[in-house]
Amino acid sequence: MTREAAEYQKPLPVMEGMTKEFYENCSRGELCFQRCSGCEKLRHVPTLRCASCGSWQWEWSPSTGRGELVTWTVVRRPMHPEFSDDVPYAPAVIELDDGVRMVSWVVDCPPEELCAGMPVEVVFDDVTDEVTLPKFRRVTS
Amino acid sequence: MGALQGHACIVGIGNTPYRRGTDGPVDTPLRIELEACEAAIADAGLRPSEIDGILPFYGLSIAEVLAVNLGVEDLKYQATSHVGGAGPGASLANAAMAIDAGLASHVLIPGGWYGFSGRRVRQIVVQDPNSMSGGTNARDFYFPFGLTAPVQWFSFIARWHMNEFGTKPEHLGAVAITQRKHAQRNPNALMNGKPLSMDDYLASPMISDPYRLFDCSLEADGGAAFVVTGLERARDLQQPPVKLLGVAQGQPYPADDIVTRDDVFQLGLTSAAPRAFEMAGITPQDVDFAEIYDPFTFQVIQQLEEMGFCKRGEGGPFVEDGRIELGGELPVNTHGGLLSEAHVLGMNHFVEAVRQLRGEAGERQVEHAEVGIVTGFGDFGDGAVAVLGL
Repeated sequence: MTREAAEYQKPLPVMEGMTKEFYENCSRGELCFQRCSGCEKLRHVPTLRCASCGSWQWEWSPSTGRGELVTWTVVRRPMHPEFSDDVPYAPAVIELDDGVRMVSWVVDCPPEELCAGMPVEVVFDDVTDEVTLPKFRRVTS
Repeated sequence: MGALQGHACIVGIGNTPYRRGTDGPVDTPLRIELEACEAAIADAGLRPSEIDGILPFYGLSIAEVLAVNLGVEDLKYQATSHVGGAGPGASLANAAMAIDAGLASHVLIPGGWYGFSGRRVRQIVVQDPNSMSGGTNARDFYFPFGLTAPVQWFSFIARWHMNEFGTKPEHLGAVAITQRKHAQRNPNALMNGKPLSMDDYLASPMISDPYRLFDCSLEADGGAAFVVTGLERARDLQQPPVKLLGVAQGQPYPADDIVTRDDVFQLGLTSAAPRAFEMAGITPQDVDFAEIYDPFTFQVIQQLEEMGFCKRGEGGPFVEDGRIELGGELPVNTHGGLLSEAHVLGMNHFVEAVRQLRGEAGERQVEHAEVGIVTGFGDFGDGAVAVLGL
């Protein structure tokens, strides 16, 4: 579902540099992380330089988008006015099968049913014409 | 023993009354910071113009403006630490170094804000991502998912700890209740006159699970400041010198992201505490009281673990049964802390520590208080710890 940018008032990533590339991959339905060209290590959030080997070269490496729920919080009192209508909502930490962890949002799951280790898979939400956010849903199969 | 040991002293402390609601302009913190600075400088027995070093808190009034308003015509040293609530501890190290090097003699560490009447932290975080969150990382990868405020970031670490170690809401509640008890002996505490029971705690509204209302610190309008000199100078002034015995700072890795850490419970304090204790020549057993930076209840449990007062995962039981109460094994946040006195950037923890060591804490005096620690916690877990003593 694509909405006009003017209707979507929640905070958006600033589409520059590596952030732009990350989210452009999401627009194409791909969740990708930086893989260091020097030591092959996968990393997130995007950094300019590999902290392990010092290489400034990387490639975007597609993830399976599958992983598990590590931790979460259930927001019951909004701290930002644009999220008032979403309460209760559950920002979560997902650990992908390839070992990378990221912050996202579990959709379509009542907060009471969230549990550590729950298998999840990525879904893409086109929140504006420019920005697609990777979110996660329970794996049912 | 480190080179700093025993040479720098806190010689003056000052604070404003703490309020939730202030008349007059609240768009800059300058007024309330200046009130606290005047009080601290007077407590030291100095004139404002004698201050020659100022170490401002990041994001508040800058040294130039404070100097102009205080009549400091010769500001010889200034520096700001960008580590959130760990700033004052980091600045104390800076003050000690400047004094030791002969760069300045009377160093002011100011603090204060209209945290209730002005912009709230939840607004500052989103408007200025560099101010107290992980910079552009938080802006691009946390905020879009509604993770926009400290209560949300730190609650999911508490949940992680609960999942892994079985820490319970009642453990968090024990921190809230203990500190609320301490506030009953503190006339300047916002929660003075408002005791808290476990039933009250558990019934309080959930803000960001597992953090309830009473797990959260008190947004407040308040200022607190202190003045540091060398030991020789301190002996000429009017207060008993409170010595800086050890100090250290640290950051978790990576500092700008919480979730990708190999050790998600590690804080800057984890590496800083052993260094500060070694510098002071002490172990955790020698600490008579601990003023622990407490934006939320779980952060107290986490810092006690990371400093080695108990093992990782055992912080929940550690804070039960009166162990951290006045009269217990390790009194924590004897003034009520950010949770029950007021959130004054952790500056109020330094003021309280000095009062304890001077023997001026009245009804909440820790008996035979000789060594105390003050921690700072900022941004995504940067930390500082100061060991103070007589």
